Amino acid sequence: MAITRTRLLGALLAAWFLTQAVPTAQAQQSPSRSESITDTSLAWPGWDALARVLTLQDYNTRVVVIGTALLGLAAGLSGTFMLLRKRALMGDALSHATLPGIGLAFIVMSSFGATGKYLPGLLLGAALTGALGVGCVLLIRRFSRVKEDAALAIVLSTFFGLGVAILGVVQKMQTGHAAGLESFIYGKTASMLASDAKLIAVAAAAITAACVLLFKEFAALCFDDEFAAAQGWPVVALDSGMLALVLLVTVIGLQAVGLILMIAMLVIPPAAARFWTHHLPTMLVVSACIGAFSGLFGAALSALVPRLPAGAIIVVTAAATFGVSFIFGPARGALHRVTDHLRITRKVARQHLLRAMFERCEPALVGGGPGPDNGIAQAAIRIDALTPMRSWSRRRLTRLLNWARRSGLVQRAGRHAVALTPAGADEARRLVRNHRLWELYLITHADIAPSHVDRDADELEHVLGEAMVGKLEAMLADQYPHLAIPPSPHRLEGICGLAGGMAGVLRGHGRGSGGTS
Amino acid sequence: MIWTSLDNWIVATAVLSAASCGLIGSFLLLRRMSMMGDAISHAILPGLAAAFLITQTRASLAMFIGAAVVGVLTALLTHWIHALGRVDESASMGVVFTSLFAIGLIMIVRAADKVDLDPGCVLYGAIELTPLDTVPLFGARVPRAVLVLGATLVLNALFVALFYKELRITSFDPALATTLGINATLLHYALMTLIAVTTVASFESVGSILVMAMLIVPAATAHLLTDRYGLLLLCSVVFAALAAALGHLSAITVPTWFGFADTTTAGAMAVVAGVLFSAAFLFAPRYGILSRLFHRAVLSLRIAREDILGSLYRMEESPSPAPPPTAAVLSHAAAATNPLIARLALLLLRKTRKVARPGDTLTPAGRRDAQALIRAHRLWESYVSKHFELPVDHLHDTAERTEHFISPSMEREMVHELDDVTLDPQGKPIPTGGPEPGARHLKGNTQDD
Repeated sequence: MAITRTRLLGALLAAWFLTQAVPTAQAQQSPSRSESITDTSLAWPGWDALARVLTLQDYNTRVVVIGTALLGLAAGLSGTFMLLRKRALMGDALSHATLPGIGLAFIVMSSFGATGKYLPGLLLGAALTGALGVGCVLLIRRFSRVKEDAALAIVLSTFFGLGVAILGVVQKMQTGHAAGLESFIYGKTASMLASDAKLIAVAAAAITAACVLLFKEFAALCFDDEFAAAQGWPVVALDSGMLALVLLVTVIGLQAVGLILMIAMLVIPPAAARFWTHHLPTMLVVSACIGAFSGLFGAALSALVPRLPAGAIIVVTAAATFGVSFIFGPARGALHRVTDHLRITRKVARQHLLRAMFERCEPALVGGGPGPDNGIAQAAIRIDALTPMRSWSRRRLTRLLNWARRSGLVQRAGRHAVALTPAGADEARRLVRNHRLWELYLITHADIAPSHVDRDADELEHVLGEAMVGKLEAMLADQYPHLAIPPSPHRLEGICGLAGGMAGVLRGHGRGSGGTS
Repeated sequence: MIWTSLDNWIVATAVLSAASCGLIGSFLLLRRMSMMGDAISHAILPGLAAAFLITQTRASLAMFIGAAVVGVLTALLTHWIHALGRVDESASMGVVFTSLFAIGLIMIVRAADKVDLDPGCVLYGAIELTPLDTVPLFGARVPRAVLVLGATLVLNALFVALFYKELRITSFDPALATTLGINATLLHYALMTLIAVTTVASFESVGSILVMAMLIVPAATAHLLTDRYGLLLLCSVVFAALAAALGHLSAITVPTWFGFADTTTAGAMAVVAGVLFSAAFLFAPRYGILSRLFHRAVLSLRIAREDILGSLYRMEESPSPAPPPTAAVLSHAAAATNPLIARLALLLLRKTRKVARPGDTLTPAGRRDAQALIRAHRLWESYVSKHFELPVDHLHDTAERTEHFISPSMEREMVHELDDVTLDPQGKPIPTGGPEPGARHLKGNTQDD
């Protein structure tokens, strides 16, 4: 736990420095001004404004930046569990369902003569109808044939409609004007007060504490809730607790980013964090950092540049982080997966080439018999003769040969011919041996016809490890006493006119009769 | 309440919009992509903003194209992130639509000083103002929104009519559709385009978020009422139109009951749709909660009645002096159901004169019923013991559950199958069938368990 906290702190600091660096880079662009009606150019702030925001000199900026960062942290933490529990859009329904609560709370408070915009009262109302909405989703899913997605959609739209209707009533009320309630829909970050920031800080601390203390239980619930139930943990209570955390963070976030963008704070940071790690504690930390960074950066940018809605900037920052994670994330990122795939494809292609070259030379050596160092290295092979071995195109074969030459496995032997280097010959011998061991294993132990084993062994030869080869040797040893390189049990593709003696030997193998060359 | 010609136009607009959403939304529901409606209706914001910024007008065509492009983009991005990044589909939807919405919001706010494109208007519409924006048509002045939405409804109806069969197959069995040579992917994106177009056509009237209500809620309501595809589409459209009309009515009446002024029509429409859904959720004849509870209660009452009759019959059979029957009978029946049901079952038996007071003994009618039940029980025991290698002391439990559901034809087949129909495996006599063997205890409801 202590380690986690230290890491968290470190990552927060790193995020902080990033926020300082990025606006600086952007601010150096020269401002361009034009007076068209669709003028969307940004009025970049001057140096002193930048410095004031970055050093948090303004009281307002300080409050807003710290508040949104803490909010992002809390949302990143609680959203992680929701994502893993496959309830990412529950937050969507929940945040929409808070709207009628805000309106009702306003009506109730103003009809009792109090000011309608007393924030804790509004938030309490929001929490009540939010919880009611989640309850309705669970109820509909449990007791009717309507599926989860439709249940979410129904609750979301009905509650939001109710909220809009209630706000419509509120706007025409005689007592007290209701302007400002709509800020809960879009958020009004800049109007955050110190008391709001304190509220967020308390809630964020509570959520962090809950996530740390109930970490084991939440993790079990996310990955295997039946296991958690079998362990005797109160699954329903834990589930409600998890939803309560989300409810808490949603309600306090309403003011900052608005109810529509609150869902982004709950979904995007965890989804981005998932690309970086397979380890849940790390994922929590990364998610919290991404959330905090988005909050920081968005609030700072909107303080610097006029007419940029902070909520939206926060979400766009989070989305950009998601994009970067999606591409570069080391655990599940697209780039990582593509390069991995490419590496394996290359390795397989190279191994196929080596085996093809070996098998091409092999018939010429039948007289000498396959043994160690039988002159396979340095034996020149015409490139034309290789193409039919695996239906390679001429271009592809040339490229493969170039790769293999660069890694020192193959060398030139004249104008249109190549040869295996000693290293290449060793590697080829190992591969051919693995390939044929697997073929023999399939023939003797799985009763597969010799003509059908080639394709299967073709796929497996690349992944046969030392231990597996050892086992195969042990299993086949009594039938094939000398297993230096067993001859191929089937006709080799692309090599016509095998020597009659060789074919006889192969047939002998195919029946698994033991005696070989 | 004052109803004017403006209200007529408002209701016409709302009904047209709701009907087009209800029609196309049924497919979202059937394909379990309900949240895609939500995603697209949020995400078209940047499409609208971009269309405006490029063309500098609020011309409908540009808006339509912008929205359709972004709608399809949302579906594509969601799919890519899901497939390439192995992100949970709902999460990738959440990432995509919130990001697009935020981008749209920024674009609108940046342009907000100079243009009349209010995010609030996009979100929850201004249906009250639609009758003021009219165009001439056949000499009369018709609101522009009515024309646009009418065209959308016709477009959606045409699409559904033309691809009725294909949509059905792809909705229920995409794999089969592919083997039949139907391009499920193309149909999917066509559907997404139509949803985006419908959304943008409706956003002026009901607002893009409440489109969501009309897309899914009427379809879900219909889904609780019918299992037939064609009927589902029809019901969905009818419920959507009903919600729209009642929505406007309640928007101008309901708040006045509480002493407030009227409220926004769009919100009220969504609420009415939700109310219709809750009604179906509770009272639907087959899938509603109350009807299911009712069926279950009726069934357990029947089983309790039969159990009581059966145990009274066994007590009459046994040579030893029996304890006072009522208590024993009740406790026996209560083991299977809850005590309240057991007590109710006993009252019913007395009322129908199957048992006679005092002492709760079987009347001749009750004895006939009990014999039929015990006959079914013991025949089943014999049958199971003959064909499955179950020990004799394990036969009772399975027969105790099955006895209530053995039909006359099944009884005849068992009699035909068995060599000895006078004694059961434990050596107890199997009662002979009465004039109507096994008929009485089949009358109840057997569809539920």
